[in-house]
Amino acid sequence: MAKSVLEVNNLKMYYFTNKGVVKAVDDLSFTLKKGEVMGLAGESGCGKSSLGFTLMGMPTPPGKIVSGSVKIDGREIVGLPEDVLRKEVRWQKISMIFQGAMNALNPVYTVGYQMIEPLIYHKGMEKEEALDRAQKYLELVGLSPDIVYRYPHELSGGMKQRVIIATALLLEPEVVIADEPTTALDVVVQAQIINLMKKLKKELGLSMIFITHDLSILAEISDKVAIMYAGKIIEIGDSEKIYYEPAHPYTQKLLASIPRLHEDVDRLEFIPGQPPNLITPPKGCRFHPRCPYAMQVCKEQEPELKEVDRDHYAACWLL
Amino acid sequence: MAEPILKVENLKKYFPIKRGLIGALKGEPHRFVRAVDDISFEVGKQEVFALVGESGCGKTTTGKLVVKLLEPTAGRIYLEGQDVTELKTTEEVKAYRRKVQIIFQDPFSSINPRFRIFDVLEEPLLIHGIGETKAEREELIFKALEMVKIAPPEDYVGRFPHMISGGQRQRVAIARALILNPTFIVADEPVSMLDVSIRAEVLELMKELKEKMGVTYLYITHDLSTARYFSDYIAVMYLGRIVEMGPAKKVIDNPLHPYTRALLSAVPEPKPERRNVIKELPIKGEVPSAVDIPPGCRFHPRCIYAQMGLCDSKHPELVEYEHEHFAECHLIGKI
Ligand SMILES: Nc1ncnc2c1ncn2[C@@H]1O[C@H](COP(=O)(O)OP(=O)(O)OP(=O)(O)O)[C@@H](O)[C@H]1O
Ligand SMILES: Nc1ncnc2c1ncn2[C@@H]1O[C@H](COP(=O)(O)OP(=O)(O)OP(=O)(O)O)[C@@H](O)[C@H]1O
Ligand code: SF4
Ligand code: SF4
Ligand SMILES: [Mg+2]
Ligand SMILES: [Mg+2]
Repeated sequence: MAKSVLEVNNLKMYYFTNKGVVKAVDDLSFTLKKGEVMGLAGESGCGKSSLGFTLMGMPTPPGKIVSGSVKIDGREIVGLPEDVLRKEVRWQKISMIFQGAMNALNPVYTVGYQMIEPLIYHKGMEKEEALDRAQKYLELVGLSPDIVYRYPHELSGGMKQRVIIATALLLEPEVVIADEPTTALDVVVQAQIINLMKKLKKELGLSMIFITHDLSILAEISDKVAIMYAGKIIEIGDSEKIYYEPAHPYTQKLLASIPRLHEDVDRLEFIPGQPPNLITPPKGCRFHPRCPYAMQVCKEQEPELKEVDRDHYAACWLL
Repeated sequence: MAEPILKVENLKKYFPIKRGLIGALKGEPHRFVRAVDDISFEVGKQEVFALVGESGCGKTTTGKLVVKLLEPTAGRIYLEGQDVTELKTTEEVKAYRRKVQIIFQDPFSSINPRFRIFDVLEEPLLIHGIGETKAEREELIFKALEMVKIAPPEDYVGRFPHMISGGQRQRVAIARALILNPTFIVADEPVSMLDVSIRAEVLELMKELKEKMGVTYLYITHDLSTARYFSDYIAVMYLGRIVEMGPAKKVIDNPLHPYTRALLSAVPEPKPERRNVIKELPIKGEVPSAVDIPPGCRFHPRCIYAQMGLCDSKHPELVEYEHEHFAECHLIGKI
């Protein structure tokens, strides 16, 4: 069995705002094996990006890790001082493709400069070496190495996203978190980027957390899937299990709300209402105000994740 | 197809590109973005006609031409037999705008953030002089909100847009379009910014309104799965042209044009069993700019079937290959 490169246990990261405590990452546990892709899905605001930032050891202010453990390659990173995280962990052990990063490239600097600047300043690499490395990874993602001399506005959306992916790979991390890497792209470019990520997974043995709200895209690449709702993982398991035998009512409804390209569907299902705010989430099961099966116990006690099948867990009182 | 309510004939919209002072002095020729480049289609009464295609292919421009937010460079648009391009006086245009409404993609920017929901819905009534008294208008507003399932309306009318969810905001935008009792609605990516669970709700609502109120839709989207689900007919646009059009199921299940096939092959589906297989994408490169449109078949630089000497020089005509199913490709039926 492949070893775990990432082990997350009871992780909590809250935003301490002046309106109250936003429980964005609320007691999450999962593991990621070498060469495995875990898809992370859930509605807007459920805490997907927050989890990504937390795993990078950089929750956005006023966020703080409250408790729990994150082990990368066996090493605990929760509690490490910032300079150690910066020198030894972030980007070389775990890196992240930020949501919307392709639109955040600075128009006044060349692509190459933006790729290598962190290598030179944070990692003390020589300019030549850094540039060589940037060119090597640009080629790996299917771009010409000359791209280093170009400016962002000279590149198409698909090319920019490839640059961002190459940048995340520069220090050969074990784990890459890709946060909505295809969301703003047209369908053809989106499929090309997914193909690229499949190739990287295979050729580099990369482990990935692939974040998106789009369950169709997620199915194209994920070996396992975690479904988040209001700061919690409510179901997790192998992709086939999640897509074909979803156990949690929320997952079932989400899947039934997707129109299919080649199937006749009379009516799409939808989930009435909206996700709760994370300052005062509903008591008991957080999904209960929207769940068609909600019972008395759901309003009072929170269900724990329970093994419903081999490597397949869900948190619901019906199980 | 049902009896057509909207007819679009040889519609063109070219946007001039600013030359800059030096270019103008040098006498450089005027250049244009050919956003919509000679398209024709008909929409049947109470049907949904989808325009699909990648970013920049001219979908929104077409929608804006239909609602008269833009004037065409050439071509005709007929609604219920009346030539829309001939409407000139403010009165005529106003009467037209009452019949034809547009819903935009972004529920956040299409509603004035300083208006309460009540004001958002009252505005079109005031513009069109509908409802003599506040009480009459209130009744219409409550009815429109109930129609889009914002209920009970009295709980919502006093709120500002930021005090309701994204899905609710989009439903308010739909209510605002409906309150004038339109015959035709252009829905420009009405669900793209919404979460999946809410997306289905808005689509179902639009479908229900079609049946209940007899509205006809021009549904603009880049999402072929929702187009198949929601529409009767689909037109696929590429660089300002309709390259294929026909009944939704035929276009999706039996695509004729290489571009449609490429688009379809790229659509992700919620089926994880092929996750380790690299997907075949029968298309090259990315969309070129709408300023430098390739000669001949404009898809030829990306087409895997392109025949040099033919496709790169001769423009293919749109032909009806089978009943109601059209495509423009020299190799139609041969690939
Ligand atoms: N810096 C912050 N301070 C306070 N609250 C925050 C901060 N960042 C995010 N949040 C809140 O935390 C919750 C989770 O946000 P997060 O960005 O992780 O969601 P997400 O699942 O990535 O959503 P999306 O799909 O929209 O990207 C939301 O309620 C959000 O408003
Ligand atoms: N007012 C304008 N002036 C100049 N060019 C324009 C204008 N509006 C649109 N265009 C150009 O016309 C082309 C078609 O744009 P349009 O917005 O219709 O595309 P679209 O299919 O709706 O794309 P998207 O999916 O991104 O919304 C694009 O190349 C666009 O840049
Ligand atoms: S625990 Fe209860 S409310 Fe929550 S998903 Fe299960 S049945 Fe629904
Ligand atoms: S006309 Fe030629 S280039 Fe154009 S789509 Fe058909 S085969 Fe391809
Ligand atoms: Mg996010
Ligand atoms: Mg548009």
